[in-house]
Amino acid sequence: MNLLDPQGPVAAANSTILVDSVFIMLAIVVPTIFAILAFAFWFRASNTKARYRPDFVYSGRVEMVVWAIPALTVILLGGVAWIGSHQLDPAAPVPGTGSPVRIQAVSLDWKWLFIYPDQRIATVNSLTVPAGAELNIQLTSSSVMNVFFIPQLGSMIYTMNGMVTKLNLRADNQGKLQGLSAHFSGDGFPDMMFDVNVVSPLAFPDWVTTTAKTDAVLNEDSYKKLMQQGIEKGRPTYRLEDPRLFDLIATQHIPPGPGPELVSDAGRPHSGGHDAR
Amino acid sequence: MPAVPTVEATMLGKLDWSAIPLDQPIPLAAGGVVLLVILGVLAWVVVKGHLPYLWHEWITSVDHKRIGVMYILLASVMLLRGGSDAIMMRIQQAIAYQSQGYLPPEHYNQIFSAHGTIMIFFVAMPFVIGLMNLVVPLQLGVRDVAFPTLNSVGFWLTATGALLVNLSLVIGEFARTGWLAFPPLSELSYSPGVGVDYYAWSLQISGVGTLVAGINLVTTVLKLRTKGMNYLRMPMFCWTTLASNLLIVAAFPILTATLAMLLLDRYLGFHFFTNEAGGNVMMFMNLIWAWGHPEVYILVLPAFGVYSEVVSTFSSKPLFGYRSMVLATMAICIISFMVWLHHFFTMGAGPDVNAIFGIASMIIAVPTGVKIYNWLFTMYGGRIRFATPMLWSVGFMVTFIIGGLTGVLVAVPPADFMLHNSMFLVAHFHNVIIGGVLFAAFAGFEYWFPKAFGFRLDERWGKVGFWFTFVGFWVTFMPLYIAGMLGMTRRMQHYDVAEWRPWMLVAAFGMLLLTIGVLAQVTQIVVSIRNREALRDRTGDPWDGRSLEWATSSPPPVFNFAFDPDVRGEDAYWALKHHAKQQQLEDHSGPEYQDIEMPKNSPTGFVCAFFATVMGFALIWHIWWMVILGGVGAFATFVVFAWRDHDEYVIPAAEVERIDRINIEERRNLVSLAGTL
Ligand code: HEM
Ligand SMILES: [Cu+2]
Ligand SMILES: [Cu+2]
Repeated sequence: MNLLDPQGPVAAANSTILVDSVFIMLAIVVPTIFAILAFAFWFRASNTKARYRPDFVYSGRVEMVVWAIPALTVILLGGVAWIGSHQLDPAAPVPGTGSPVRIQAVSLDWKWLFIYPDQRIATVNSLTVPAGAELNIQLTSSSVMNVFFIPQLGSMIYTMNGMVTKLNLRADNQGKLQGLSAHFSGDGFPDMMFDVNVVSPLAFPDWVTTTAKTDAVLNEDSYKKLMQQGIEKGRPTYRLEDPRLFDLIATQHIPPGPGPELVSDAGRPHSGGHDAR
Repeated sequence: MPAVPTVEATMLGKLDWSAIPLDQPIPLAAGGVVLLVILGVLAWVVVKGHLPYLWHEWITSVDHKRIGVMYILLASVMLLRGGSDAIMMRIQQAIAYQSQGYLPPEHYNQIFSAHGTIMIFFVAMPFVIGLMNLVVPLQLGVRDVAFPTLNSVGFWLTATGALLVNLSLVIGEFARTGWLAFPPLSELSYSPGVGVDYYAWSLQISGVGTLVAGINLVTTVLKLRTKGMNYLRMPMFCWTTLASNLLIVAAFPILTATLAMLLLDRYLGFHFFTNEAGGNVMMFMNLIWAWGHPEVYILVLPAFGVYSEVVSTFSSKPLFGYRSMVLATMAICIISFMVWLHHFFTMGAGPDVNAIFGIASMIIAVPTGVKIYNWLFTMYGGRIRFATPMLWSVGFMVTFIIGGLTGVLVAVPPADFMLHNSMFLVAHFHNVIIGGVLFAAFAGFEYWFPKAFGFRLDERWGKVGFWFTFVGFWVTFMPLYIAGMLGMTRRMQHYDVAEWRPWMLVAAFGMLLLTIGVLAQVTQIVVSIRNREALRDRTGDPWDGRSLEWATSSPPPVFNFAFDPDVRGEDAYWALKHHAKQQQLEDHSGPEYQDIEMPKNSPTGFVCAFFATVMGFALIWHIWWMVILGGVGAFATFVVFAWRDHDEYVIPAAEVERIDRINIEERRNLVSLAGTL
């Protein structure tokens, strides 16, 4: 999950900006740290060679420089931030080869549902995508907030109930990556890790065909079961009955997920009743 | 139709035996130990007959110095509590690789929520407010703060908040939502327990206390300066106090309003932030950060003030670029209100908004950088004495600069798209809060301790404490930067990613060093109290200080100064000492001693806070009769106070003279002693 080992253009651009910014700042931070240590050492009281200058309390020239150094750095970085924010807006297109794949991600308590409306399939906690194609991801949440993040593909984004956020990504190399939720969402939060399988553009249709043969069906009823609090260790797949399921969720036609079940008067959930493990 | 409530439900609300976490040994044991310690101390106090002393000299005291000390004591005790949480979390993440560790999620999640809440609201805040209380009136050359009784109310309400948070250990539970309790997770449907209520009510009550402290200190700085102490002669610490408290006054009402909305959702079925019925969670995000970002500067500005005092004193030089520093302080004060959105760049606000807030955030780094350089040039040409406070300050400079770097980094939106909520972020804010605020708290503690208590702290143990804490900090938090770069997100109760593991182990080892550092400082205090006679400071000016707090004795008399000091320039006391105007303060052949009026002790604060505690507890548990009782009690206290007739007492001139002569005598002896050497 190394951020410095990007597997797609968005992550590559993000991490380039990250690294460049660090170096721009280090250029002034490192000399400053040395100066601090050097001055502190040289002007120690026991050093008789150091000149004591109690009247050195103001110097227009020094003031100029000390305001200018951070200001110039910030102007430089501000430029980076401005251009970067626009180029790397999560909703900005990320052209790829072949036709884009539409994915609708829903954060549930405590798993990720990925709907492929055009392929009429859905998966939980595993995301399979073709290498090189643009991924148009729409996101929402069934209950509380989460953040969708695949570190090596770049740019994370919030998921919120009743709202849709957009993120475009591309994975360039085949292989297995990992994604996670980057916003704390309750007891099962650490188990919201998901697999990302980047397969060849040729293998992707095969995978779709196989998955479409699954017996399990995702419709409103099975979705409501899925949305109960709990974690999912397996990687279930579904046939999608209604390609508008995501819209029903995002527009709250399907009401938000329920919270914890049994609660004692004292307000502590009965232990064991619904163990997040 | 709701069922008719039973007698128990009316009497006890939601409270019953299941509130005591008998099935969770760790918090129960922890709470039990704390309870035993408190009871033990109480028993000791009563048996030894110290109760009247405590009551008259401390609990009801409205003396700003005493209140400052109590704030710092509260902060120190809470630091131990928050620190234990930190140790537990570091151990959990060190062992919870491909396993559940030893803390189940429902417990781990409470711990990190309590850790954040306690460290910000009940450690960092009371520590800096305590230092400001203790020092600012002395630096301004005045006898007290603007509203002494209100000051005591503010302290005791803060203590109420701390008490309620700790009560949640043994009765019920604490929030499991993180220290900012984001909805909808914190709404009733997803957090039906009392945890969020504990969180919200303790912050509501202590928030009032903080607001009161803010109003008090702003007024003090604006209105109560001694003769000749115009704004541009105030010590830097007073300036940062002013800026920080202006921020408190402007920002804390936002927090109160936001939590009030959350509470309305939870108690009365409103829909400010719920998923349903038009609630909007993004509104909460905006509001909480509109308070939250200024909050970090509320903490760090006074810290900057402490460093300014310490660096200049121990370099034996005035602060370099004083006016520039004032400008930088006020610039930070204003800009810090315009950057809150950088806490949620990843919510999809759009490129223009993100870029503008990103750049605004970076702009704050400019005045901050200027401050670093000005401290640097204060050292230049100085004669630097490396006493413990100075060590903390140099340690701060090299540490904080890294935190600033990573802060600016996460203010670059595309970089934040990878780092938001990661361990990298955790490292950033600990880097600035520990390296900035906590180091300053320690520096200020060492620096002003002799002023408050009349004896110095043991230097050897202080230095041991510094080195362990300093190294411990780096060893604990640098690995978190790396873990963040490896994609690790915050608040993980367990994980299966092998690359993260080694860094968690290193961090846990760092925590061990940090713990030793803290223990060394505890030892330092114990050793110093034992050796207090040897460490006694008779001069009132142990560090060759520059501002007025050093012009009076250590500890200062209740009235601080026998005569209003007359200030002729910056570094008021230094000027007096070194321009042979010594007589002004130290040899009063001139003006006659006069009677001094001082505010009387008042139990208002304590009683008010007692009722606030009752009310807060009752609100948390829905015990409505008790809510009314607490509310009426607090209001009645307030009315009684408002109707008081005599609120001042007079210290006769003769007594003032007697006290002042002792001080002058001691100083003169020392001066002549120095002369013979
Ligand atoms: C030098 C200027 C600074 C800049 C540009 C800066 C920038 C940022 C940014 C952009 C974030 C949000 C990142 C994210 O959530 O993804 C952040 C988080 C934070 N910063 Fe800073 N920061 C600076 C200094 C400070 C200082 C001085 C403090 C405290 C004394 C501080 C305390 C915090 C805290 C507590 C958080 C995290 C809060 C949370 O999410 O729980 N920062 N900072
Ligand atoms: Cu912490
Ligand atoms: Cu901020």
